[in-house]
Amino acid sequence: MKHYSKEFLIDLYRTMVRIRLCEESLVEPILNGEVQCPVHLYSGEEAVAAGVCAVLSEQDYVFGTHRSHGHYLAKGGSMGELIAEIYGKEAGCSRGRGGSMHIIEPKKGMMGAAPIVGGTISLAVGAALASRIRKERRVSVSFFGDGATGEGVLYESLNFAALKSLPMVFVCENNLYSTHMPIRECRSNLPIFQIARPFGISAFRVNGNDVLKVYETAKEAVDSCREGRGPVFIECLTYRLRGHVGPDDNIQGAHQDIRPEEEIKRWQRRDPIRNFRKYLLKNAIAENDELATIEQAAQEEVRDAHAFMKDSPHPKQKDIGKHVFKEQKASV
Amino acid sequence: MSSKSRKLQYSLAINEALHQMMGEDESVFLIGQGVKSPWYVGNTTKGLLERFGPERVIDTPVSENAVTGSAVGAALVGMRPIAVHPRMDFMLYAFDPIINEASNWHYMFGGKLPVPLVIWGIINRGGEQAAQHSQSLHAVFAHIPGLKVVMPSTPYDAKGLLIAAIKDENPVIYIDDRWLYEIEGEVPEETYEVPIGKAAVMREGKDVTIAANSYMVHAAMGAAEQLRKDGIEAEVLDMRTIKPIDKGLLAASARKTGRVVVADGGWKTCGVAAEISSIVSEEAFGCLKAPVVRVTVPDVPAPASSVLEKIYYPDSGKIVQAVKRTLSHGKEA
Repeated sequence: MKHYSKEFLIDLYRTMVRIRLCEESLVEPILNGEVQCPVHLYSGEEAVAAGVCAVLSEQDYVFGTHRSHGHYLAKGGSMGELIAEIYGKEAGCSRGRGGSMHIIEPKKGMMGAAPIVGGTISLAVGAALASRIRKERRVSVSFFGDGATGEGVLYESLNFAALKSLPMVFVCENNLYSTHMPIRECRSNLPIFQIARPFGISAFRVNGNDVLKVYETAKEAVDSCREGRGPVFIECLTYRLRGHVGPDDNIQGAHQDIRPEEEIKRWQRRDPIRNFRKYLLKNAIAENDELATIEQAAQEEVRDAHAFMKDSPHPKQKDIGKHVFKEQKASV
Repeated sequence: MSSKSRKLQYSLAINEALHQMMGEDESVFLIGQGVKSPWYVGNTTKGLLERFGPERVIDTPVSENAVTGSAVGAALVGMRPIAVHPRMDFMLYAFDPIINEASNWHYMFGGKLPVPLVIWGIINRGGEQAAQHSQSLHAVFAHIPGLKVVMPSTPYDAKGLLIAAIKDENPVIYIDDRWLYEIEGEVPEETYEVPIGKAAVMREGKDVTIAANSYMVHAAMGAAEQLRKDGIEAEVLDMRTIKPIDKGLLAASARKTGRVVVADGGWKTCGVAAEISSIVSEEAFGCLKAPVVRVTVPDVPAPASSVLEKIYYPDSGKIVQAVKRTLSHGKEA
């Protein structure tokens, strides 16, 4: 086992717990109709965001997907602004114009999340290209799901990033389902990480529910990028514990999970947070009380975030056209 | 300011704008298929690669979607990319980064990040290039909120609008036409901006307004010359920005002449000509003496055969006919 400071390990745990509790706080409001915009909960996949973002600095860029609350929080986005955004409030991180699928915090390097499958991959390539042109050491990370491996732009991006040797990490969160479609019905070749190798890109598959494994692989990848050795591809095997959209797979209002019960149970046993908690206790890294305090603090943060949302007004209707264009600075 | 000016080709006016802007601002770079190939982009990129190197003059694989997306991503992190599509038709592969991402980004994130990006599409009309190398797709992009669309017709505007587009904080679709490349005109040596959103009066007249854009401006000027011989004074407007379009100048001219012919190189249905016609009826209805007439390419894909091309692309003659039709309105019986 590599040696990590207690502080570092506790931080990883804290990040995952914050994400989980934030996500779970949305379940009731979604079910009772308080939250109206589509919400794709990240519960179950926290180790990926926490592990990858722990490697990155605020200078590094991250682009996300429809399921990006975890990426946003792990990269340093404010929970209050996230909740406010999901409720369509003016204090939201996107001023209530984006909703759950469009969250951003440029000051922390979270450059935006968007739900067109594969649509932000090339944007991350462009951010990496900018790093290259400006001779900076910033790394660009693209999070995308297994569904995005069906999109041509991924392959164009892999080629272009490899061709220009860009400082970019492709992180595929393989949760085995592309909305309702099991991966075996979507792909002729199941091991996703193999798609990167024909482009000469180093590629790895890791247990995406093991935060330390994710961290270690991402660390190697990011270091390699900073040394100018070109892009790296990481496939993280994980599972969403909630629905594709909403708390369960409520597609067509059935509220019935389309996935086999046994499979769900198996993945519940692999819950990344519960297992990491056990790991911390077993290795005497932290006491139970200590972890409970962290959980309590996260719960308070969630409460504060909802309170912040409640205090924020909705956007004014007269401002519907605001932000279509950025106003031009007067020409000199 | 000293304004030394000399005659320059349209394509070289573009080239000069690129040289000056890339020289002035290190965040400006050019990316796209064929940027080092005159076969693709004529002489518009002459000398850029030698001067600025392959890091900022990036010829790319044939991957319009990812390459355009890369330009969008670079813009999001503070660069000012110019992404070129040497045949506008190829831009269709890049609809997602242009329409879903670039045009929406500033709005859907509440103004957090601007997208200072130029997407340069070249129309390649004629030459028996048929339906997939010749399309004028400006109306498609003008439909999208969050995009600006410019179509310069003169060397002066080719340079000034390109500089304005590069300096703009928003995504601008810059559209030119290979038929314009050899046209010469006065171009100042220094950098200058032609404001986006402003049309220009190319020729004043009192009898009819011809609102045109891009290559059709030249056809309209030819038509105006022919009409003058018949004692008809046509006012020619260059609607050099398609979006946001200059409603003020258009409406003022329509009110003055009471008759409007629109000359646009796109298709008729749901096209820019339809938009201009609609603006005229909204803003100047009471002054109209005749319905607006549209001169466009027909709702037909571009044919290859030059015999068919001859009737496909509207010319001065078609505009003259349209003007005469609007002037005879109500006098037929």
